[in-house]
Amino acid sequence: MAAARLSRRHVVTAVQPDTDTVWHWLSEVPDPEIPVISITELGIVRDVDWRGDTLVVTVTPTYSGCPATSVINFEIEQKLREKGIERIELKRQLSPPWSTDWIAEEAKEKLRAYGIAPPIEGTAAEGVVAGRVRRLTGEPLTIPCPRCGSPDTRLVSQFGSTPCKAAYQCNACLEPFDYFKCI
Amino acid sequence: MPSLPDIMTPDAEALAKAAGKGRRVTLPAGSPEHDLFTGLTRMGDNTLILGHRVSEWCGHAPVLEEDIALANVALDMIGQTQLWLGLAGTVEGHGRSADDLAFLRDAWHFRNLLLVERPNRDFGHTLMRQFLFDAWHQPMLKALEGSSDDRIGEIALKAGKEVAYHLERSADLVIRLGDGTEESHAKMKDALERLWPYAGEMFLADEVDVRLAHEGLMPDPAGIRPAWDETVAEILAEATLNRPDSDFAHKGGKQGRHTEDLGHLLTSMQWLQRAYPGATW
Repeated sequence: MAAARLSRRHVVTAVQPDTDTVWHWLSEVPDPEIPVISITELGIVRDVDWRGDTLVVTVTPTYSGCPATSVINFEIEQKLREKGIERIELKRQLSPPWSTDWIAEEAKEKLRAYGIAPPIEGTAAEGVVAGRVRRLTGEPLTIPCPRCGSPDTRLVSQFGSTPCKAAYQCNACLEPFDYFKCI
Repeated sequence: MPSLPDIMTPDAEALAKAAGKGRRVTLPAGSPEHDLFTGLTRMGDNTLILGHRVSEWCGHAPVLEEDIALANVALDMIGQTQLWLGLAGTVEGHGRSADDLAFLRDAWHFRNLLLVERPNRDFGHTLMRQFLFDAWHQPMLKALEGSSDDRIGEIALKAGKEVAYHLERSADLVIRLGDGTEESHAKMKDALERLWPYAGEMFLADEVDVRLAHEGLMPDPAGIRPAWDETVAEILAEATLNRPDSDFAHKGGKQGRHTEDLGHLLTSMQWLQRAYPGATW
């Protein structure tokens, strides 16, 4: 028994990559719904750490009901297995809650090029008060069209193709598009 | 076999116990664990039942954008349900998962408000129900952020970000339909009058609420009323709708005494697990 345990530890130590390498591997995992950005650019991987011979990857959900969450977990595990990691633990972390502020700057450009207007920081809904202020001042949030760049766009629905996006339409080029709304 | 309890049944808890005798260990009523379990199922059952109701619209909404919005709001609420009922199962300590609690309990074990089990009726009625709920849900989650139990605070903070968008949407649509055409105004007025008697239950405390509030775990329901009143007054005024005078409130949902409609909802929602116990994919 002791010999078996020793030999396993020996093997595992020999292949245990450092966490920077693991982060790099995870940066190659695309978001299943927006494949132009990776899960690390999306900011949902919160921590990577070795606990003994187990690699613990901490992931936070974007929205609590996001159906992509289980797909993302599956893809993380698949990627790490491909790289030869045997013992993997995926940990869900709710706090602090994910924010669109965590999306990497370069990823925002990728979103725009893909046809999704990136989130505008500091414009998260705060309940009815924010809506009232917007209605009273008559200054709706300006979301430039990702296709033609015109600021003349209108909100079609606060909920678009997924919970994390709102549906907009450009009044200039008439293109309907998704806005990655701020939370 | 006892008949199904409804809001006229004096002691749904006793009926439920008799029905479940010998099947499962239950936490002693009045114990701190039982109180917390009850409080968590109240939160999770609200989002589960309303989430299911809203999901009934999938493929039936008046326009595509609203169909998608309804499905997304339902999805948020089902996600929140997984968090609340997941924690409830952990607190109970008998190995029940969020799925077990959602699909394998009978009507008398549900602790949701009567408001959320009201049938959808028309689109305006669905949105009015959503608005009356969201206007409570948002300040309720805000208060829960400060819970003495960090696990509750974390869920509340996460859910609150999503609910802020629910409230913006439902409030905007109540205004647009209330202050819309003659027909949409009449439908919203009718919806408000039908739903109003179910709003008061949100603010009524029972002994479980009192003990949870005393422990700093969950807020006193009455404390949520001023924020709700303010939002409702503001939005109804913009929607050119009059707040009904009567404060009569149907109650019992939080204690397991439901309307007939919950049973109908459960037969649909729980059908698969009842017909094929343990089925997974």
